[in-house]
Amino acid sequence: MNSGKERLINGIIKENPTFVLMLGMCPTLAVTTSAINGLGMGLTTTVVLALSNVFISLLRNIIPDKVRIPAFIVIIASFVTMLELLLEGFLPSLYAALGIYIPLIVVNCIILGRAEAYASKNPVFSSFFDGLGMGLGFSIALTCIGAVRELLGAGDLFGFHIMPTADHPWMFGGKEIAFFTPASIFVLAPGAFFVLACLTAIQNKVKLEGEKKGKDMSKIGSGCSEDCMNCGEEGCGKRRFYDTEAGEGPVGKKEEQKTEQKNIEKQKIAEQQKKAEEKEKVKEREEENNE
Amino acid sequence: MSELIIIAIGSALVSNVVLSQFLGLCPFLGVSKKVETAAGMGTAVIFVITLASLVCSVIYEFLLQPLNITYLQTIVFILLIAALVQFVEMFLKKYMPPLYESLGVYLPLITTNCAVLGVALTNVQKTYGILKSVVNGFSTALGFTISIIILAGIREKMEHNDVPAPFRGMPIVLVTAGLMAIAFCGFSGLL
Repeated sequence: MNSGKERLINGIIKENPTFVLMLGMCPTLAVTTSAINGLGMGLTTTVVLALSNVFISLLRNIIPDKVRIPAFIVIIASFVTMLELLLEGFLPSLYAALGIYIPLIVVNCIILGRAEAYASKNPVFSSFFDGLGMGLGFSIALTCIGAVRELLGAGDLFGFHIMPTADHPWMFGGKEIAFFTPASIFVLAPGAFFVLACLTAIQNKVKLEGEKKGKDMSKIGSGCSEDCMNCGEEGCGKRRFYDTEAGEGPVGKKEEQKTEQKNIEKQKIAEQQKKAEEKEKVKEREEENNE
Repeated sequence: MSELIIIAIGSALVSNVVLSQFLGLCPFLGVSKKVETAAGMGTAVIFVITLASLVCSVIYEFLLQPLNITYLQTIVFILLIAALVQFVEMFLKKYMPPLYESLGVYLPLITTNCAVLGVALTNVQKTYGILKSVVNGFSTALGFTISIIILAGIREKMEHNDVPAPFRGMPIVLVTAGLMAIAFCGFSGLL
């Protein structure tokens, strides 16, 4: 039971996918126009994440390493399709609000990332709680971002009028108070970028101050670096459909070899880049000489 | 014909895939440090999305619809796209080495890019036929390329600016993207 609790806390606080790791940015920005949409998206993702983690963990000794990615994708896509049909049937308003972003849960990097990094190597019980914790962390983050955007952009919260706007003023002893003008840009697309920019700025601030105090802050922002080309993160980028470098055996047994290979690859890429840069410099010099 | 042009302008500029739909955000932020790499990524995305929307709409029209299993679209499309990207990578490596050298690095980054699946699903949702799907796919990818190249250009200029410490890196890029999104809002009066 202890490990379940530990996984939950890990997902919600220590490795919160949005606030700490910065994973799954597309749905984070797209559906957080209101708190209720954010919550709906978060909970849908949570269900998919927990169920797919359980299934992948159950099958972890059967799936061959080479075709693990397509296998994971099929499992995840099946659960997403099931949930899509359920939402269409029972929560049509949420289904309409989230629209195309429901089937796009399939490509949410949190889900494949957790499948690769955790569920394919760990027993069913802790995988379930890992998925649940990560999903709840994601839901909380989306709800918070949605609440901020809704409050600033429309003056509402979960659909209830909160701020004193001109349409819905506060009444104090017969006087109307309406000092708040909703900045509708926060509900539109640009607002999403600005809110996320502030969020990442706060993250950076915390990281910088933590590093000054000598704490280990490497987890913050580790899910999505600014540089996809040199990032070896399993969650999003360098995934092969058919992994020719993986062994034949079941998933997760040749991790050490793989990380070694990855390091070697990284070194190679870095070397290539250096060479290219040197070439460019030589060219520039030649040009200067010609001039 | 005019319908096709409207689709093209609509998906390239008015509802830009990154700046108003937030699809393909990871490569948009992650591969936009230099104009050169951004252009490479953009080309690869145009190539893959156009091909993927062709293949997906053909499969949808001639396999999923006749068999009445359209509810399987998400599973089928994502597998198709991932397999297609892998296949394209192998094909280019074998038969067109120069093209592989310029695009090959970017292909694995696109495998599970949400923009590709997003376009395929939008095509189905809006009941575009095969021709319209291809046009929609191409122009969506063109919109992606336009915005990623603009962002890369701004980032190159911004590199030596004095940005407040917490805003260095990702946050200032997001602010830039937000300003670009405001600019692209201006296109909404176009149609």
